[in-house]
Amino acid sequence: MEVTANAAENEQVWGGGNRPLNASYGKMMMWFFIVSDALTFTGFLVSYGFSRFKNINTWPIADEVFTHFPFLHGIDAPMYYVALMTFILIFSSVTMVLAVDAGHHMQKAKVTFYMLLTIIGGAIFVGSQAWEWKNFIKGEYGALETKGGQILQFVDASTGKRAAIQEFALGIETERATHQSNKGVWYEDETALPTVSLAEVKKGFIADENLVIRTQELNEKGEKTVLSRAASLEKLNAAVGVVEGANLIHNEYGNRLFADFFFFITGFHGFHVFSGVVINIIIFFNVILGTYERRGHYEMVEKVGLYWHFVDLVWVFVFTFFYLV
Amino acid sequence: MAAEAHKLAIFRGLLKFKSNQQKIWGVLIFLSIVTTIEVVLGIIKPEALLVSFLKMKILNWIFIILTLVKAYYIAWDFMHVRDEKSGLKNAIVLPLLILIPYLAFILLVEAVYIFDVMNSGFVAWNF
Repeated sequence: MEVTANAAENEQVWGGGNRPLNASYGKMMMWFFIVSDALTFTGFLVSYGFSRFKNINTWPIADEVFTHFPFLHGIDAPMYYVALMTFILIFSSVTMVLAVDAGHHMQKAKVTFYMLLTIIGGAIFVGSQAWEWKNFIKGEYGALETKGGQILQFVDASTGKRAAIQEFALGIETERATHQSNKGVWYEDETALPTVSLAEVKKGFIADENLVIRTQELNEKGEKTVLSRAASLEKLNAAVGVVEGANLIHNEYGNRLFADFFFFITGFHGFHVFSGVVINIIIFFNVILGTYERRGHYEMVEKVGLYWHFVDLVWVFVFTFFYLV
Repeated sequence: MAAEAHKLAIFRGLLKFKSNQQKIWGVLIFLSIVTTIEVVLGIIKPEALLVSFLKMKILNWIFIILTLVKAYYIAWDFMHVRDEKSGLKNAIVLPLLILIPYLAFILLVEAVYIFDVMNSGFVAWNF
């Protein structure tokens, strides 16, 4: 009796269709993907930590970089916006898990509704991230860069507030135009000139007695070092170029690696959110069409749900390491 | 099928929910509270927590611990790891739990060393 029973079981094992860990094939594969993707994000975040500890006394202060909030122009609002984004993403995670729960009870209308809310939440998040990128790329105050890649920012000594180079620079008559390959020197091509030139910034700086330079170095209190007027004038000679905003090569906020990691980590995460939204939309339409109703279970919703929660999970870490720590 | 299989207690059984939906909202409230604490601490930055401890400010340690707490509840309750068999649970969590601290440890130690070399070296790198 026993022997035959075993034989029957073995036949079933080799025939497939059984669930060794009580999880279906698709769900297990989603978990494998998530584990490997988690390690990819680990690589990014740990190398961010590496660069940061390597430049621990010159790293930019996130609170001074991300200070914008929609419709509050010129108001210093560090972190409020990312905090809002975090809440939006956590909330869309909740609607997703509610959709999964409704799927277990085969409630098609509820699954549809919660999936829709999840998609909207994800879309708002991606939009917010795009806005954040726009502000980061555009920059606010501008800075000078030295030969060694150090960033010199400007402070008004009388108020202690940051001074924008576009405002204090004094105009100089110049014939310097943007190099373009179709006119002038063919081998020199550049995308755009900064709105003010180095000479103009220098002239404006010398003319205004209140201006001093702020270097990248952090003092014992964890704030950026502000030089005296005399030291600033001397430091000004080290500058070789004007930086406005940020890209992968230059950034006005400080260490170049900061911008690189910002673009790569939030970009990689934003791409995950974007693809999550696309997958959610596909599943949403399948739900509406009744595909899973006919299939008899909503496991597909559960699988994309896992992915969506994972994206939320990663954001929790990105939020901590980029904005809080 | 699996709807009845959810474990509805969190905080080691301290808080029990009547249904899965209730548990989801409960976890949302908990995650929101933790996030709010993080944001408030990040904005006011209390002086007392800015003391260095193991190469990092105490405030930063608090942030990292709160993040891990949030990660635990997202994985356990939203991703239903709590309801999985222990074999699958371990297969997911153990590789991450072993590899991530290991990678962080070797790279951060190396970074601190490189910082010291550049800081006290004879070559000017900061010009």
